[in-house]
Amino acid sequence: MKNKLMMLACGVMTMSAAVAAKETITIATVNNGDMITMKELSNDFTRQNPDIALKWVTLEENILRQRVTTDVATGGGQYDVMTIGTYEVPIWGKQGWLTELDNLGASYDVDDLLPAIRSGLTVDEKLFAAPFYGESSMVMYRTDLIAKAGLEMPKKPSWGFIRQAAKAMTDKEAGVYGICLRGKAGWGDNMALITAMSNSFGARWFDENWQPQFDTQAWHDTLQYYVDVMAESGPPGASANGFNENLALFQTGKCGMWIDATVAGSFVTNEKDSAVADKVGFALAPDKGLGKRGNWLWAWTLAIPSSSKRSDAAMKFISWATSKEYSALVAKNKGWAKVPPGTRTSLYNNPKYLSAAPFAQITLDSIQSADPVNPTVKPVPYVGVQFVAIPEFQGIGTAVGQQFAAALTGNMTVKEALKASQRLVERTMRKARYPK
Amino acid sequence: MSIKNSHRSKIIYTFLAWTISSLIFFPILWTLITSFKTEAEAISASPSLFMFDWTLENYEEVLARSPYFNHFWNSIVISLGSSILGLLIAIPAAWSMAFVQTKRTKHLLMWMLSTKMLPPVGVLIPIYLLFRDFGLLDTKVGLVIVMTLINLPIMVWMLYTYFREIPSEVLEASRMDGANIAEEIWYVLLPIALPGIASTLLLTVILAWNEAFWTLILTAADAAPLTAFIASYSSPEGLFYAKLSAASMMAIVPILILGWFSQKQLVRGLSFGAVK
Repeated sequence: MKNKLMMLACGVMTMSAAVAAKETITIATVNNGDMITMKELSNDFTRQNPDIALKWVTLEENILRQRVTTDVATGGGQYDVMTIGTYEVPIWGKQGWLTELDNLGASYDVDDLLPAIRSGLTVDEKLFAAPFYGESSMVMYRTDLIAKAGLEMPKKPSWGFIRQAAKAMTDKEAGVYGICLRGKAGWGDNMALITAMSNSFGARWFDENWQPQFDTQAWHDTLQYYVDVMAESGPPGASANGFNENLALFQTGKCGMWIDATVAGSFVTNEKDSAVADKVGFALAPDKGLGKRGNWLWAWTLAIPSSSKRSDAAMKFISWATSKEYSALVAKNKGWAKVPPGTRTSLYNNPKYLSAAPFAQITLDSIQSADPVNPTVKPVPYVGVQFVAIPEFQGIGTAVGQQFAAALTGNMTVKEALKASQRLVERTMRKARYPK
Repeated sequence: MSIKNSHRSKIIYTFLAWTISSLIFFPILWTLITSFKTEAEAISASPSLFMFDWTLENYEEVLARSPYFNHFWNSIVISLGSSILGLLIAIPAAWSMAFVQTKRTKHLLMWMLSTKMLPPVGVLIPIYLLFRDFGLLDTKVGLVIVMTLINLPIMVWMLYTYFREIPSEVLEASRMDGANIAEEIWYVLLPIALPGIASTLLLTVILAWNEAFWTLILTAADAAPLTAFIASYSSPEGLFYAKLSAASMMAIVPILILGWFSQKQLVRGLSFGAVK
């Protein structure tokens, strides 16, 4: 009896020691399909690393951004792995708020990461975040409606063709609108689309001396086109539409074309949710013949805040979640079409993935054609395609987005919206002492 | 004639009351119905109120994906804990303001109320740094303290209004009988003001339950209440309305039930002192 009690005590002590030795990392992430899959499959990681436990904090994008920004800026140390976008990485990396990912393991193959994505996550030759999934933007269109209109979508359409096709596909009486574009004001909403568009029109946010450029002809042409095409062929109430609203419109057959994130390719072709799943075609984002297309570049990435006390365990997790082995794990459990896209070259050399995801090649072409270092026709002093990677951009991006939304609703003319944008951006930049 | 007129106006008022109530209740009804739809039906261009394939899949998925009961327990601890702690501070404070007034009492009351006019984000960084340094981030204790501080001005104001209605002679009589301050409050004031204290408690429980700024900023995984649970079902890319509706219903049902059973107290509490 005494021996049994001794053994029991030893067992309890051993178990307690094991529990105490276990390191728990807290992961903050967004509520996107790919992230939910990661959470579901994370048992694979904990099985491989029994000494590491995971805690998840899943939040809506804007709340997450507010929370992790507060935490990283104050060194709060609440999170060990943060999901952040390509906008934050260069700014936070420069500030010294992130840990360099220099120990992702021998088999990680960092050179397999798509160069366009990797360049946006690298500061002074140091990689500060690993891409979990990447996206660009493209044209999604209804093959039946464009055929009915007697047109054929080129693989590389121009803005002129898009306007013509949108007009031809519009049947307002039947509730079908030729084009759906983001109209909701916000630096990540309408400004993501319009800034990317403006690059192809030859516009830019700032010249080489950080002088705002909204008073140029190129910006006027961009905004005038946007307002005109939406007035001719856009849905009513477009100033309230973001990604999800347009997704709902497209999936229910209300849009002829939709220019938005490549990640939407898997949503609009998903037969469970989309009424038009078998009638969708894809094309590259339009251009104006100036050498740049109107597509953006974005990636949700995993990074370690420098305040984390468990950076080794966090690095192991990031290495697992962004590895080729993880892609294979998702393919095995969910199918190849569900593998997080837009991060690794090897995925686009995989015939199984290419056949499962009809939008794969166009996603790759779109990502590869975006250049965050040289995003526009003319030279710029900033990094970022649909954003400017400076801390002030969230504020001025949203403020300019509000002016453009007012132009879309007709509360302001295009000229007034641009003049107001120029004035407010000039003021902010002058206060922040950017102009040289 | 006057009976006929009175009958007609009763019908009109009843109709108006039902119309306004229905309008106010409609978003909750819509959320409830959407929670039983598929994501595709939830975004349908021609949505149906009742004629669709009812499903429980959203509730199943939400329960499978999130530790609902942990969030629920955190909400209970934070809202009840902060309300009780707040009462312990607010009762003596309101007593002194109601019965031992000085020339600065009114200014003090106004100052307390003015702290509610400050946007919370204005004190975000100092509060966050304090929490970091005292190890209170992502703890229920930390949130109980913050919620107490947030709701304290309202609690003091509500209790002050109640206490002002109590004749001070009653308290004086107890003092004459030899009661000290604690006994005066405990044995005389509290029994008389119990309805007011109960409605103050109920209101602050509801306010703390629904608070969605500090509860989202200061928590991560361990102390996150139901507001964080709801926030985890909104998505920038993808369909989420049906699942978000299910999560919302699961978060609001407990407080709706509490509100339903205590509506008389709440109405009395909110309208007390309004008509004299």
